[in-house]
Amino acid sequence: MATQHSRSAARIMMAPAVILLLGWMLIPLTMTLVFSFKKYLPMRGGDLGWVGFENYVRFVTSSAFWPAVGTTLVIVGGVLVITVVFGVLLAMLLDQPMWGQGIVRLLVIAPFFVMPTVSALVWKNMFMDPVNGLLAHLWKFFGAQPVEWLSDASMTSIIMIVSWQWLPFATLILLTAIQSLDSEQLEAAEMDGAKPLSRFGYIILPHLARAITIVVLIQTIFLLSIFAEIFVTTQGSFGTRTLTYLIFQRVLESQNVGLGSAGGVYAIILANIVAIFLMRIVGKNLDA
Amino acid sequence: MARAVTTQRKTINTIFAWAVGLLIFFPILWTILTSFKTEATAIADPPVFLFFDWTLENYAVVQERSNYMRFLWNSVIIAGGSTILGVIIAVPAAWSMAFVPSKRTKDILLWMLSTKMLPAVGVLYPIYLLFIKLGILDTRVGLVVVMMLINLPIIVWMLYTYFKEIPGEILEAARMDGASLREEIIHVLTPMAVPGIASTILLNFILAWNEAFWTLNLTAAKAAPLTAFIASYSSPEGLFYAKLSAASVMAIAPILVMGWFSQKQLVRGLTFGAVK
Repeated sequence: MATQHSRSAARIMMAPAVILLLGWMLIPLTMTLVFSFKKYLPMRGGDLGWVGFENYVRFVTSSAFWPAVGTTLVIVGGVLVITVVFGVLLAMLLDQPMWGQGIVRLLVIAPFFVMPTVSALVWKNMFMDPVNGLLAHLWKFFGAQPVEWLSDASMTSIIMIVSWQWLPFATLILLTAIQSLDSEQLEAAEMDGAKPLSRFGYIILPHLARAITIVVLIQTIFLLSIFAEIFVTTQGSFGTRTLTYLIFQRVLESQNVGLGSAGGVYAIILANIVAIFLMRIVGKNLDA
Repeated sequence: MARAVTTQRKTINTIFAWAVGLLIFFPILWTILTSFKTEATAIADPPVFLFFDWTLENYAVVQERSNYMRFLWNSVIIAGGSTILGVIIAVPAAWSMAFVPSKRTKDILLWMLSTKMLPAVGVLYPIYLLFIKLGILDTRVGLVVVMMLINLPIIVWMLYTYFKEIPGEILEAARMDGASLREEIIHVLTPMAVPGIASTILLNFILAWNEAFWTLNLTAAKAAPLTAFIASYSSPEGLFYAKLSAASVMAIAPILVMGWFSQKQLVRGLTFGAVK
């Protein structure tokens, strides 16, 4: 029962947040768009005029582009598969009756709160170092040759580190979803003689479908732009240069702003494709 | 009807879950243990787990040598300042969307969320350039503003979902009794909104504390928070396991404790209310 008075008050109260976010979105976005159509080299002559779509063409035809796309897809895909599969298993495990459930849950979600630079450094030095790393000791213990993780198995290493960081997120959300499952339904199925595997396939998994979709979409958006993990470990070498890292290098390291901005526009389009699906689900939830 | 669980099954669950839990937690545990070793013990072959001479030396050295306190202080100011500023801006917005909804409320909420999905790298140079032009590169003020803007959509969204749960009838009753908008906010809404606001602050403080794209790219020596300070250890000369561990433990310990308290809010805040 909103009056005219409260409506205009509401508009005024919303204004600061809306205006700030509008500025935050439009100003840099416009600048990126403008730069992407220019030859712009801050260290070598500055703004050298309009070049049309040249940057866009050059970005996708450069030899670094397709490998970067491949790297990005492998990292995002690998982390998604690991976190969702183990997340479902872990969520089901944590849902079982046990002693010290609360503590186990704390242990499992802890990695999510470790800042990315710390987890990257700890993994890089204390676990993956080929001489002093714990994994090297483990390999030697079993008589195997220690692995040069970050150079010989660079992608596996990055996927391991990032999965470790995101597994808690997937687990926590899937656990929340599993706990809303009606246990009577499961009992009924059990009494009717449904085997554990079919109970999982026909009851638990369909119930989790929505939560899994949300986990996949949200993680994809965050994973597309992982940065610190690569910055701290390989700096994009050994085939770990993602699209995000490639753009970062073009913009800040080689200071080719025009080219980097065109890459940025591609990244924004890519993220938006994922975001549209996420927004649909979130939007539907708002109506309910 | 609760399911009857045999003690045997419960025992198996417990052992299995604890094993998995400890395995996942192990890198953090190992870091904590290493932070209490001497540098020599830290790289001992074979590695030592518990039976070594525990020392606090690393913590003392890290604080003395690297101005650790200044980086810590930068983190506190950037994370705290951006969160508080964000909440001040978001409370009125979320309040009006929750209690005076219009046809566009849903669109505005979704649009705000969409700004969160903008990949940071896409606007890296413009922000960098604006920071130089405004003279706020490598300053805390600049970082506070950027962190606030990044997290503002999540703050608005979380507050909105909390405010939505406050029954509107109470507000109508207050209005009928002749309460003004100001009285309504102070006496009716605030007491009911405080828990939600507190959770929002907690989660966003954590997110801002751990943010590592803008902090790495927009700071140098002066305004660098702990994320950037720890990253400086990746250069070979700084490679001391025990000291690295001590610095890491100090950087993550407060957040770990806060994070453990914010489990529930994490789900709500990061799924934008889509999973409850």
